[in-house]
Amino acid sequence: MDDRPESEPRQERVPAMQQLLDNPFLLLFIGITIPTILYIVWGVMEIASIPVAP
Amino acid sequence: MTAIDVSHSGLAAARAAFRTCRFTGLKVDIAAQRLIMANAVAAVVFLAVGGLMGLLVALTRWPAVHLLPSEWFYLVLTGHGANVLLFWIIFFEIAILYFASAVLLGSRIATPKIAWAAFVLMVAGAIMTNVAVFQGDSSVMFTSYPPMQASPHFYLGLIIFAVGALIGVGIFFATLVVAHGERTYEGSIPLVTFGALTAAIIAVFTLASGAIILVPTWLWSLGLVAEIDPLMYKVVWWGMGHSSQQINVAAHVSVWYAIGALTIGAKPLSEKVSRTAFLLYILFLQLASAHHLLADPGMSATWKIVNTSYLMYLAVLGSLIHGLTVPGALEAAQRRNGYTKGAFEWLRKAPWGNPAFSGMFLSLVMFGFIGGISGVVLGTEQLNLLMHNTIYVPGHFHGTVVAGTTLAFMAMTYYVLPLIFQRDVIWPKLARWQPYLFGMGAGGISLFMMGAGTLGVPRRHWDITLTDAMHPFDLPSGGFLMMGLNGLAAVIAAAGGILYILITVGTVLWGKRLDKGEAPLTFPLHKQAATVAEYGSHATVKLPGTIILVSVFFLSFVLYYFVNWKYLSEIWLLR
Repeated sequence: MDDRPESEPRQERVPAMQQLLDNPFLLLFIGITIPTILYIVWGVMEIASIPVAP
Repeated sequence: MTAIDVSHSGLAAARAAFRTCRFTGLKVDIAAQRLIMANAVAAVVFLAVGGLMGLLVALTRWPAVHLLPSEWFYLVLTGHGANVLLFWIIFFEIAILYFASAVLLGSRIATPKIAWAAFVLMVAGAIMTNVAVFQGDSSVMFTSYPPMQASPHFYLGLIIFAVGALIGVGIFFATLVVAHGERTYEGSIPLVTFGALTAAIIAVFTLASGAIILVPTWLWSLGLVAEIDPLMYKVVWWGMGHSSQQINVAAHVSVWYAIGALTIGAKPLSEKVSRTAFLLYILFLQLASAHHLLADPGMSATWKIVNTSYLMYLAVLGSLIHGLTVPGALEAAQRRNGYTKGAFEWLRKAPWGNPAFSGMFLSLVMFGFIGGISGVVLGTEQLNLLMHNTIYVPGHFHGTVVAGTTLAFMAMTYYVLPLIFQRDVIWPKLARWQPYLFGMGAGGISLFMMGAGTLGVPRRHWDITLTDAMHPFDLPSGGFLMMGLNGLAAVIAAAGGILYILITVGTVLWGKRLDKGEAPLTFPLHKQAATVAEYGSHATVKLPGTIILVSVFFLSFVLYYFVNWKYLSEIWLLR
C-alpha cells in the first residue's frame, strides 16, 4: 500500500530515451566523442602506423 | 541541466528587455534580436561576395567563355569556397541558433556582450581571410592542402572566425541553460530548437577540428613548424571541411520544420521519430568526412567502410526519416486546413506564391533527389572511384549546400525580415519568383556538374582542353556540353541570388515598418504559426500523397544506386 501523503504528487517516470533527448550536454558529449574516436583518433592512429620509407 | 547563479541571473533577467511579436505572440529579447540582425546582415554580405565569385568560376569553366586567366581563377575559387561554404553559412547559422534558443524559448540571450565579441571576431576573421585571398598569394583553394602554402593571415583569419563561431555556439548552449533555469518553457524544447541543438553539437566538433589543424598550419606558414603531414592534415581538416556542411543539414532541416509551422501550421508527425532522426545525425553524420579520403592509400579499407558505409548509413536513415516526416507534416497540416480531396489537393493548393513555402519545398525536393542520393553514391567506397575528384563532387555539394541549405536559408529570410527586422518584404511579385529562379539555377548547376563529372571532367581545373599539355587528353564532347549548360545554370542562379540580395537589402533599408501601426504581412503567417515554439505531434499516418512521393524518391534512389554499380562493372579493370 502506498503510504505517501495524498497531497504529494505522483512522479511520472521519464523514459531513458526521453531523458537522453532532454539533456543537451549529454548529447554534446556523445556527439563529440563518437566522431572524435571513430574518425579522428582512429584515422590519426592509422597514419601514425604507416611505416616510414627507408 | 546545469544550475545557474540565481542572484546574477536575477539581475541579468531584470535588465533584459522584451517585446511581444504581434504576428506570432512570441516573446522576443531585444538583445537577441539585434544579434540575429547583425549575423544575418553579415551572412548576406558574404553571400554577395562569394556568390559573385562563384559566377566568375562558372564562367571560366564554361569552355566557350573561359573568362578569367588561371591566376585569377584559382584566387576566385579560393574566395568562393571560403565566403559561401564557411562565412555565409555559419553567420546565418549563428542567427538561427540565437533565434531557436532565445526567441523560440521566450528567453533572454545569455551574455549578449560576449555574443557581440564573438560577432566581431567572426567579422574580423572573415575579412582577414578575404584580404589574404585578394592579395593573391593565398590561392590554395578552400581545402588549402599542404604542401601548398597560403599567407599566415589566411589561416589566422580562419582560426579567429572559428573561435568567434565557437563562442557563438557556446552562447546558444548557455541560453538553453538560462531558459531552463528561468523556466521560460515547460517540458522538452521545441523540435526546431532540438534541430538547432543538433547543428550546434556538430558545430563544436567541426570548429574544434578546424582549430586543431589550422593552428599548426598557421605556425608552419610562419616558419615555426617544419612540416605538416599532408595526409594527417587531410584527415583532420575534413573533420571541419565536411562536418561544416553537416551543420547545414541539421540547420536547414530545422528550417523546413519551422517554415512548415509558420506558413501552414504544420506540426511534426511524431516528435519522438523526428528527434530520433536528429539523434542519428548527432551520433553519425560527422563520419561522412571520411568519404573525401576514400581514394587515399594511407587509410585502411576498414576505417573507410566503417565510417562512410556502416555508420554513415545510420545518418542517412535519419535523412530518410526527415524525408518522410517533413512532407508528411505538411500534408497532415494541409488536410487539417481543409484540402482533403484526392492524394494531392494538399500539395496543389499549398501557398506556392509565398516565397518562404516555395523555397522550403524546392530545397526539400532538391536536397533529397540531388544532394542526398549523390551523397550516398559518393560515400560508397567502390562507386566513389567512378567520380572521385571529378566535377561530380562539386555537383553533389551544390545539391546539398546551394539547392538545399542556401535555398532553405533564403526561404527563411522572408520571415526573418518581417518578424525580426520588423520590415515588410518589398517587391512581392519579384520575391514570389526569386526561389524558383534561384532553385532552377542551383538545381541545374548541380545536375550538369554531376553529368560532366560522370563523363570524367575534373574538378578545380582551369583548362579541361589541356592546351599545350605534354600528354593530350580528349574528354567526351558531352562533357563540354555539360560545362556549357552549367555556365548557363550559374547565370540563372546568379540572377536569383542578386534578386535575393536586392530584396533583402531593400527591405531592411526601405521596407514598410511593421513595429508601428497594424499593417498586415505581405506573406501572411498561418493562424497556428505559434506551433513553431511548441512541443507536440500531429500523430497521423493517413498520408497518401506523401507515401506516393516518398515511393517515387525511394525508387529513384535504388535505380540510380544500381545504375552506378552497373556502370562501375563496365569500366572495372580487374575482370
